[in-house]
Amino acid sequence: MSDPAPPGEPRKRYVFDDPRNVRRVLWTFYAACALVFGAEFFMHRHVEHPWEGLFGFYALFGFGAYALLVILAEGLRLLVARRPDYYDD
Amino acid sequence: MISVAPFIVFLVGALLACFARGRVRDAIVVATPIVGALNLWALDGSAPTIITLFGRELILVEVDRLSMLFGWLFHLAAFLALIYGLHRPNKLEQVTCLLYAASTMGAIFAGDLLTLFMFWEGLGLTSVFLVLARGTRRSEKAAIRYLLMQIASGMLLLCGIVVLIGQGRSLDMAPMELEGLAAWLILLSLGIKAGFPLLHNWITDTYPEATVTGTVIMSALTTKTAIYVLARLFPGTEILIYIGVSMTLFPIFYAVIEDDLRRVLSYSVINQLGFMVTGIGIGTNLAINGAVSHAFAHVVYKSLLFMSMGAVLHRTGRIGASELGGLYRTMPRTTVMCIIGASSISAFPLFSGFVSKAMVMSAALQSGHEWVWLALLFASAGVLHHAGIKIPFCAFFGHDSGLRPKEAPRPMLIAMAIASFSCIFIGIFPGVLYGMLPYEVTYQPYTFEHVVTQLQLLLFAALCFVVLRLTRLEPAERPGVNLDVEWFYRYMLPRIARALRATLSRARLASGAAAEQILGAGIGLVTRLHGPRGVLARDPLGSYALIVIIALFAVVLVFELALGSR
Repeated sequence: MSDPAPPGEPRKRYVFDDPRNVRRVLWTFYAACALVFGAEFFMHRHVEHPWEGLFGFYALFGFGAYALLVILAEGLRLLVARRPDYYDD
Repeated sequence: MISVAPFIVFLVGALLACFARGRVRDAIVVATPIVGALNLWALDGSAPTIITLFGRELILVEVDRLSMLFGWLFHLAAFLALIYGLHRPNKLEQVTCLLYAASTMGAIFAGDLLTLFMFWEGLGLTSVFLVLARGTRRSEKAAIRYLLMQIASGMLLLCGIVVLIGQGRSLDMAPMELEGLAAWLILLSLGIKAGFPLLHNWITDTYPEATVTGTVIMSALTTKTAIYVLARLFPGTEILIYIGVSMTLFPIFYAVIEDDLRRVLSYSVINQLGFMVTGIGIGTNLAINGAVSHAFAHVVYKSLLFMSMGAVLHRTGRIGASELGGLYRTMPRTTVMCIIGASSISAFPLFSGFVSKAMVMSAALQSGHEWVWLALLFASAGVLHHAGIKIPFCAFFGHDSGLRPKEAPRPMLIAMAIASFSCIFIGIFPGVLYGMLPYEVTYQPYTFEHVVTQLQLLLFAALCFVVLRLTRLEPAERPGVNLDVEWFYRYMLPRIARALRATLSRARLASGAAAEQILGAGIGLVTRLHGPRGVLARDPLGSYALIVIIALFAVVLVFELALGSR
């Protein structure tokens, strides 16, 4: 990471400059994912729609929707992206 | 108890602020929404205020549950923005904010369409100065485009009103069938201000060009006033469901590829308006409650997000995702409050979006619109992407930009703290908001099932982000323009005009003296008006204002004629 600290001063280290702390956050996040997915087994479902009742519907939909969104947006970028000074005003 | 029309408090506040300076003016400015709130409290349950103008009865103030809810909301929004603005007190900005808030108060308490129209125009004519106050060439041009769109919306509303009067129909703010010219004109007018697809572009064009404080209050008032009027005039109008769904969907793709973080939030405004418009279109009690409560929650968390990005812009002078990053190091408070706003808009449990958005979704399923529900679910994952993750991550985490700005100034922090508190308060105690809604609420947001399924949706969408990030498949942020509807009036129209001018000048060369004289006279007139010593060239804004005034005058004339013909 390139941090332009003023010369002569020791570079101050912040919490996420330490990769261990980033890993801690990530593992907490994975644990939370596992926990809410596991809760599916203990949930008494009274669904308003049959799709909702499919096993892991919300988790899979969330993951898939995000992936689809990013892919489609990249396609949109090919169509509509122009240089910053495109509008000559 | 003594009370006045809510807009009068803000008008008086603006007038006093005009003549005050320094800390006295700041005190007046912050006190105005507080006095306004006391007045609103006294106003609750009072009889309509009716005045007679040009021989016509105008219902200046009419109070019911819906207008009261929006009244409280807009007082809160104005209060937040005015405190926030104290980081760099600016008379033009403060007075404009107060006048703009006055217009909103007038519009939501208007008891008939004609009163609504007066304040409807006020919304555009006042807020445009919040764009101009930025003081750049870019913002000036954006302001003119903004003004044209707002005036167009006003003209359509007025045309609708004139047709209604011509047909001898009532101007009450009562639900109307979407039949006949008048209803369509009015819907189109509301559509501009509410950001319907193809009419939406002024939002993403203007909001990122306004001042740091201006964007905060503009994002709160204009579009939500339109939502309020839609909820009054067109509840249960089916076409709104499909308009609303498309509004939730198309902006999320633009938000993914947009670099300017305030423009990302502007696309996000349209996406959120989509949820409200869908709810109004479904029109059941649950759906209307959902739409209205979502408007309430949205104003607070979107203000919070715009405030946090405003703080970043204020401190670093940059707002592009590609040029920011790592600011959590020196702006930790702003970071935390931005994350609170991001969690609220993403609808995490215990935050305000969770208790409001779910009502619209549930109403979609209960009324048999399963595809609508599925699309809204997709849009919810999209909200998590651009507002939940992209905004805080690109600004405060991500790659280290090397920027080490100071923490946001105290007034900004105070305003953000109040907004953060409100987001969490509504999230934990939804009963307070539910108790103010137009219909009785039986909806229960905090069931084990709802909490788990919502967390599954959000956390696994976030998991996808983590996977893309770790595998370096997440697309990089790149600065640039993304073509939108504005292409027609910012690119194509100027080119057509230039081509026309070139053709005309060729015609002038080829034609005889007569044509030359006519053209010469025309050019002479333009030179006299706009040339170095021209009347209209003294200040470009003055001439635009003149055009607007002439247009308004013409409309009043038409209107008087229409009245006279009855």
